[in-house]
Amino acid sequence: MAVMTREETEALIQEVLEVYPESAKKDRAKHLMINDQSVTQSKKCITSNRKSLPGVMTIRGCAYAGSKGVVWGPIKDMVHISHGPVGCGQYSRAGRRNYYVGMTGVNTFGTINFTSDFQEKDIVFGGDKKLSKLIDEIETLFPLNKGITIQSECPVGLIGDDIEAVAKEKSKEIGKTVVPVRCEGFRGVSQSLGHHIANDSVRDWVLPKRDDTEFDSTPYDVSILGDYNIGGDAWSSRTLLEEMGLRVVAQWSGDGTLSEMELTPKVKLNLLHCYRSMNYISRHMEEKYGIPWVEYNFFGPTKIAESLRKIASYFDDRIKENAERVIEKYDSQNKAIIEKYRPRLQGKRVMLYVGGLRPRHVVGAYEDLGMEVVGAGYEFGHNDDYDRTIKELGNTTLIYDDLTGYEFEEFVKKIKPDLIGSGVKEKYIFQKMGVPFRQMHSWDYSGPYHGYDGFAIFARDMDMTLNNPCWKHIHAPWKRTAEAKEKLVANA
Amino acid sequence: MPSVMLRRSDSGGLLFYVAKKDLEETVISVERDNEQEWGGKVELADGSTWFIDPISPPPVFPTTLRFKRA
Ligand code: SF4
Repeated sequence: MAVMTREETEALIQEVLEVYPESAKKDRAKHLMINDQSVTQSKKCITSNRKSLPGVMTIRGCAYAGSKGVVWGPIKDMVHISHGPVGCGQYSRAGRRNYYVGMTGVNTFGTINFTSDFQEKDIVFGGDKKLSKLIDEIETLFPLNKGITIQSECPVGLIGDDIEAVAKEKSKEIGKTVVPVRCEGFRGVSQSLGHHIANDSVRDWVLPKRDDTEFDSTPYDVSILGDYNIGGDAWSSRTLLEEMGLRVVAQWSGDGTLSEMELTPKVKLNLLHCYRSMNYISRHMEEKYGIPWVEYNFFGPTKIAESLRKIASYFDDRIKENAERVIEKYDSQNKAIIEKYRPRLQGKRVMLYVGGLRPRHVVGAYEDLGMEVVGAGYEFGHNDDYDRTIKELGNTTLIYDDLTGYEFEEFVKKIKPDLIGSGVKEKYIFQKMGVPFRQMHSWDYSGPYHGYDGFAIFARDMDMTLNNPCWKHIHAPWKRTAEAKEKLVANA
Repeated sequence: MPSVMLRRSDSGGLLFYVAKKDLEETVISVERDNEQEWGGKVELADGSTWFIDPISPPPVFPTTLRFKRA
């Protein structure tokens, strides 16, 4: 299908919304827009970060997911207790593939699920005693942990337990950092508030810890914020920065440690990849410690080169030269990748629906491969995310916020993209519909996708998915359209 | 009275950020902006105006201040 005009897209939105009752239709219409690069402010044309409509299938998560799953979870040398019933932690355990080095169960704990496993009596009598006992057990069984966070699940907030008091008392007793995080799932409209709450707890309970300690700093100290090392993303980013001559002091939070977090206020520049989940702490460090921060994008050679230059502009000429050298060094590698895959992917159309960053960040990588993003949207983006998105996408591209399951399916049926990038909940629906699909939250068991090395994997994966012969065989033979049958005969 | 974080943007302008409202806008004019004081009526690129009692001596950015809607 050719590029849709503004009118066609408009008509499509109307058609899809037709089935809703009047008030729901009005509400959902505000969350859908057609891109117009001349608009400088997204809030004029799209509403975001609002409560999902009751009765529709939203794809969002909860505040606990934002804190435990995203921000805190990857800190590998701390034990993160899912405080409350067992399910929240168990069903999300290790699903995000935040890689780390270490001996799980000895000095790192990333993939283990720690929970207070609330029972009826804990709800009735309160769970503080259990929590404090649990911390003692952790200390006995896992003495090499560097600290503990208490990630509240819904019931803890509902019964009003005082986890802060327990945290303070236990922290004194065991002499380690114990962070209470009030990230009960019911707070806010999506996981986004969980990120904010987690950022605030880092600000209050971790960052000031080493304000008075000495640190051997260099003028080239930086930290990577908002890279969760999914499939090794932070590693493939870090090598580029180090080749440039920068020293990466901390990784937040993929493959990160408590001590790295505490030392972050000593760096010269904060590099922010996921703006949505860590802009809060970046802003805080800028205000309190005077550390500037810069957003960057390590998806696809065009954006990487842009970002490396942008980062280098904060440093002296040596770093600037190094940046050029790094870009030069990988140039032939990138050319080879593009030469190989571009002919196979050229002109293919992609629809994206991911969390709070990738819908705009991966656009460049797809364009490097000659592909086009024809629809994009965030589960939990805010206005400032959409402001940044409008510039990245072509005019008349469909943009959707907090898309419902129904709308997503309908849009796909009408727009007929060649590839969909979204989450695991959407994956099987679209695969069964016969549309090539990549899970773009945790890279579908692949990765890394960041950095130059990541781009090679990204390109291979997209090709592997899109040009997979299996899609031809998805439809039952008796449901094949005449056209498809002809093709089959022709191919036979 | 939301608290507003003010910081310099890459281009040197002042950015006005209200976390609760997801508002991130460039400041286009400040009523009083001189050596002695900073504040008064503040106008943003989106057309909205805010007010803060002039502060003296002028604050160092980035900083968080409380503004009123004007
Ligand atoms: S909403 Fe509450 S109960 Fe559900 S997963 Fe989140 S914290 Fe757990």
